[in-house]
Amino acid sequence: MSAMLTADWCPLGRDTYFRKFEIYSMSWQNEINMENVSVAVAPYGGPVAVIRDRKKFVKVQGIGKPVISIYSASGKNISSIVWTSGQIIQLGWSSTEDLLCVQDDGSVLIYDMFGTYQHTFSMGQEAKDTKIIEAKIFANLNGTGVAVLTSSYRIFLVNSVKEPKVRRLAEVPSLNVPPSSWAIISEDRQTRVLVAKDKELFVLKQSEPHALPVTPDFAQPVNSVIEMAVSQNNRHVALFADSGRLWIGSADIRKQYYEFDTKCPYRPKQLVWCGTEAVIGYWDNVLLVIGRQGDYINYGYDSAVRLVPEMDGVRVLSTFSHEMIQKVPLVVQQIFRINSTDPSSYLLEASKQFQKRSYRADEYIRLVKDHLEVAVRQCIEAAGYEFDTGNQKMLIRAAQFGKGFVPDLNSDSYVKMCRLLRVLNAVRDNKIGIPLTCTQMQHLTIQVLLDRLVLRRHYYLAIQIAKYLKLPYNEGSSRILAHWACYKVKQTQLDREQVARDIAEKLGYAPGISYSEIAMKAADCGRMQLAIKLMDYEPRASLQVPLLLRLGEDRPALVKAIESGDTDLVYTVLLHLRENMPLGEFQMAVRNYPVAQALYLKYCRDHNRETLRDIYVQEDDYNAQAACFIREIYDPKNTLTVEASLSAAQESYRRARNEFSAGLCEEQQKLLRYQKTLEEKFRREFVGRSLHDTVYLLLLLQETKLADKLRAEYRVTDRRYWWLRILSLSELGEWMELDKFSKSKKSPIGIEPFVDVCLKYENKYEAQKYLPKVKDELKVKYYVKTGMFEEAAQIAFEQKDLQALLFVQGRSAPADRNVSEKISLLITQLSAKK
Amino acid sequence: MASHLAGGKVNVGQVQELARKELLQLLGKCDGSKAIVWDESLAGPVGLVAKYSLLRENEVLKMFPLRAGHLPAANVRNIIFITRPQLYLMDLVADNIYGEERASGYRKEFHLFFVPRKSLLCEKWLKNRGVFGNFTLIEEFGCDLFPFDSDLMSMELESAFKEYYLENDPTCLYQVAQAIMTLQSLFGVIPRVSGKGPAAKQVWDLMCRMARERQSTEAPGHIPQSQIDHLLLLDRGVDLLTPLATQLTYEGLIDEIFGINNTTAQFPPERFTKSDDGATDLSAERKQIILNSGEELFAEIRDKNFNAVGPALSRKAKLISSQFEERHGEKTVQEIKQFVARLPHMMATKASLATHTTIAELIKEVTDSNKFLESLQTEQEFMNGIDTDKVHPYIEDCIAQKEPLIKVLRLICMQSVTNSGLKLKVLEHYKREIIQTYGFQHILSLTNLENAGLIKLQQGSRQYTVLRKTLRLTVEDGSEIVPTDISYVHSVYAPVSVRLAQYLVRPNGWRGLQDVLGLLPGPTIEESQSLPVGRGPRRGSIGSQSSQNDMPRVVLVFFLGGCTFAEVSALRFLSQQEDSLVEFVIATTKLINGNTFLKYLMEPLGPDIPPPRQ
Repeated sequence: MSAMLTADWCPLGRDTYFRKFEIYSMSWQNEINMENVSVAVAPYGGPVAVIRDRKKFVKVQGIGKPVISIYSASGKNISSIVWTSGQIIQLGWSSTEDLLCVQDDGSVLIYDMFGTYQHTFSMGQEAKDTKIIEAKIFANLNGTGVAVLTSSYRIFLVNSVKEPKVRRLAEVPSLNVPPSSWAIISEDRQTRVLVAKDKELFVLKQSEPHALPVTPDFAQPVNSVIEMAVSQNNRHVALFADSGRLWIGSADIRKQYYEFDTKCPYRPKQLVWCGTEAVIGYWDNVLLVIGRQGDYINYGYDSAVRLVPEMDGVRVLSTFSHEMIQKVPLVVQQIFRINSTDPSSYLLEASKQFQKRSYRADEYIRLVKDHLEVAVRQCIEAAGYEFDTGNQKMLIRAAQFGKGFVPDLNSDSYVKMCRLLRVLNAVRDNKIGIPLTCTQMQHLTIQVLLDRLVLRRHYYLAIQIAKYLKLPYNEGSSRILAHWACYKVKQTQLDREQVARDIAEKLGYAPGISYSEIAMKAADCGRMQLAIKLMDYEPRASLQVPLLLRLGEDRPALVKAIESGDTDLVYTVLLHLRENMPLGEFQMAVRNYPVAQALYLKYCRDHNRETLRDIYVQEDDYNAQAACFIREIYDPKNTLTVEASLSAAQESYRRARNEFSAGLCEEQQKLLRYQKTLEEKFRREFVGRSLHDTVYLLLLLQETKLADKLRAEYRVTDRRYWWLRILSLSELGEWMELDKFSKSKKSPIGIEPFVDVCLKYENKYEAQKYLPKVKDELKVKYYVKTGMFEEAAQIAFEQKDLQALLFVQGRSAPADRNVSEKISLLITQLSAKK
Repeated sequence: MASHLAGGKVNVGQVQELARKELLQLLGKCDGSKAIVWDESLAGPVGLVAKYSLLRENEVLKMFPLRAGHLPAANVRNIIFITRPQLYLMDLVADNIYGEERASGYRKEFHLFFVPRKSLLCEKWLKNRGVFGNFTLIEEFGCDLFPFDSDLMSMELESAFKEYYLENDPTCLYQVAQAIMTLQSLFGVIPRVSGKGPAAKQVWDLMCRMARERQSTEAPGHIPQSQIDHLLLLDRGVDLLTPLATQLTYEGLIDEIFGINNTTAQFPPERFTKSDDGATDLSAERKQIILNSGEELFAEIRDKNFNAVGPALSRKAKLISSQFEERHGEKTVQEIKQFVARLPHMMATKASLATHTTIAELIKEVTDSNKFLESLQTEQEFMNGIDTDKVHPYIEDCIAQKEPLIKVLRLICMQSVTNSGLKLKVLEHYKREIIQTYGFQHILSLTNLENAGLIKLQQGSRQYTVLRKTLRLTVEDGSEIVPTDISYVHSVYAPVSVRLAQYLVRPNGWRGLQDVLGLLPGPTIEESQSLPVGRGPRRGSIGSQSSQNDMPRVVLVFFLGGCTFAEVSALRFLSQQEDSLVEFVIATTKLINGNTFLKYLMEPLGPDIPPPRQ
């Protein structure tokens, strides 16, 4: 059996083998002839788009318009698109398996696998004006990018078709014929374009304003690099020169691995990397696999094929079959290589003998006794690399057999591999047609695989896989169900009630279900009632509200937004309503919701004062109206006079029965009028000052009579007026007057402020006059303030206040040593008495 | 992770780590050199998450404040706006972009990061201004809480109280709920939730709603174990008195006098020139000092009453000098080696001792002044319920001398709260006095204070008197140096908010407190959240009251509308009590004091006219 298994292996150099095996025999053999079509194949075993090659003459049947047919990898027809748009330059697939059709006017049309039009984006005005002549579609971290070459030989690129932002790359110096070849190298976040202008090579980076020349070190001079290929991991490059020489090296062109002479000066039909180990060139009837060390294998083909590079090999599509060329994985090689002495090879043999019920099983097991664990692991791993279920079984059985001899072996990887194989076999099935390898599967992740099944509407299989792999509900089943529901609502021929019931029944309130997405789809298909029905199931207001608005369900949207507590949503609804409703109706609607009303008022306060007052008028909120008028007074943009605003405010307050505030407004008007006359009279700034400051200024101007008059008119309190007098007299330095004033009446604020103002102007002499009249309990403090420590101490002593004495001492100490000593004496005396 | 954030039972450093990772990831999306344009209210707080040096490493070459007009010239590939989602900021952003577009030169890419969340409204606004398409990236930097210390986080939403109580705008509550959800995703579901006040109720409702939403979208499984046992939501509206009272703790006084922003305070530099920080600091106009528990000495004295700070500093000074003295003693080589090893730490302590002695001197100048003492005395009279029902002569004198309006308003508000509302005559007298003295333009500020409930008319019941007795809000014999009760933070007055927390963590909880709770505004919440299976608290069941004595419980106190440093100190004091079974972690919308609290409620109209001169 193992002899048969290695029959399709070919050695490449000493320790490497390549194998070629058939995955499918194509169901399209009666529909497609590879000779005269051009084909775009999605990686990871994705779908195939086929369109008639315009460069070949064939008999056209039916309508003359071009048709794009989409097939599964096993050749089953999925859909067809009758092309009615412009001229297609390039077809390709995105990482989410959407079909990208690049037209010569630079627009990129996107279709899904079922031929449904999605949307279009453009490669920019310049590309549109100059027309594009070539396009390349490439994979990167962001998904899929598109690069186009215009007829003026400029390159534009979009890094992600999801968010198309067109970037213009630097010009290749003096390029006046199409470049002899070009390729895209996408790295982490950079996309580089390698352009060959005959033998000169340039690198264009999106961040560099100039093209950077690079020179590959061809052993013999070449005229022109006419084809190039970049490996799937973007680390290696192959350059094919018109002399037939193939340069293989690193992607930065710095390091050459090997230079191979194909002795064939023609441009290969395709040049691709097979994994990272070899480059495959395709000329008519010949596939040449060239290793990085310069070894090669030759495969002959008698009909046209299409090479599809994958991360771990190359798929070969022809009219009749779908094959895979890959490097034989190391473990597989170790097990099946002829004369292999690897433990896993013996284990396999042991297992076979055991099944034959031969005693030799024991002999083989003994041979590998010490390495059984490794052997088991290798068998498990190798099973993953096999497409043939027989081989898989054989290897898995060997692993199972070996496992029995190793105590405490962790069987996780065994169980995992069995499950994985089952999933892989299921999706590789002819009917599904996704020929994923184990390596690709691990790279793609199970989630993406499920998405792809869902995309192909294999909902049932997807759910079964999710359940089988025991995926968490909201990563697996619920996501799939949601997609199913979206598909369901799109089928407009079905009854509305029935659909809603079906969906609710299957989905329930399961976590991870986005009802808004489903409802959105329903709305997209014009099924508004269904959408509204479905929206009720959506717990997230941030999704619910915008959709309700779209559906014209204004009030429910507002209610849901308010309930969510997310004011941003409330604002969104409010502004939407205001734009789509007559103003009056809108305001009446909003006033029923206090939170909405408050937020709208706040918005108006900043952006629309007119409306703000309108609402207050509507709400009979007179206090708030008054506040609006008062704000106007101080608003530099205000057109009304201050008087008008004030009297309007007064009126509003009066209506609000806020007589007190109305009175304040009235007084303010009166004051302003009076201040104007004062200003004219004294040529000093009065207007805008407070009453207090006005009186003070009059006092400073020695206009005591006028000040008295104002005081009486506005009922300024005695306390405050006394303060005003004292402060103004001291500022004027009228100490005599101050003294007189202190004796004029009994001060309502005590005598202490007199001392304070004197000290404020450092007039110790004047201050002393008032000290004796200071209240007894404050005397010590004020003597200290004035700096008369001895007297202060004496008073404290007389008052028998030890605390006060200590206080005086504390304050005096730095000033005068003498005094301090005297006080110490007093302290001891006082302490002794006690 | 900064050292001052770790160390608590709940590692606040994780909050910082999360935010930092997110920011760097966002920056990583913009290729090449960058300039950041900050919404000015964010530059400081984000600095707590990622230092400038870290941004530099990520190719941030320039930083500008977001202002109207043109951006300063910068030779960078990317311009990143980092802002709160506010419309007026969007206008500034649009202006900047117009300016940049008109200027010729190398084309730049624009990006906009919203903190903490994107806003449809702002995006729409940008569309209307016609600049929406100019952005390459519009992302959100979901940083709700900024880490201040190992037990303290702030959302830095300065106008939260104003928005909720004056404008009825619940935006901040939504953000609070989001922040709590973030905390729960880091530290596990909090099994018990209590709260008081309308805002607390609303936040709880939102939390429930969000939990429901997330449950339906997120995969369960990566929820960590519950590290926080209890959440207390305190609406600032429940306790308006505390922020008005002058804080008497060391940190509180620094905040009252110099202001602390994002754990940094600025001082007049002249007094610090002795320090050997080098010449760079001298040129600065203000001396900046970072205040967090990373500094050993500050951690020791920050929560003390200021009267206890002096003794503590002098004790420390003695200790240090005796440590330095040790070197003169006879030594073996080994001992000298040990001494040298300790030297850097000693030097650092010495430097910080010098700094804090200077700060303490600066504070003492203020606290010894008559103005300070008189106003403190008035406050304490109010808190003790003395003379609260008539016009207070000290307030009148302050007005007559045109003391800062905020100081006057603070006292009036205190009087109003402690008297459970003012008589009409008293209220109108104060209003008239203020309008006549400070000018008519303050009329709306007064209206605002009334609308926010800080000044109100008396209506029958005297809640404050009852509260004062039942909650023991004023404690006369409280020692300031060796305190036995939280009242030490205001010398006589114990914050209502902290009393509530104190009662909550007692074995009986709030059960005996129903009468008192009834007097405070808004509903009371006592709820529990179900935990995912196997994600329970660390010890046995929650119900077994007796078995929980060995491990302190962690209680997160979330202040809705701001909290003061004094409240933080009081909560720390409770955690530190020997018989305490509780460790408090504090989160707030903003750290406030009486001045900042009132400032945001006021409505400045018109320019301030300087007083007349001769």
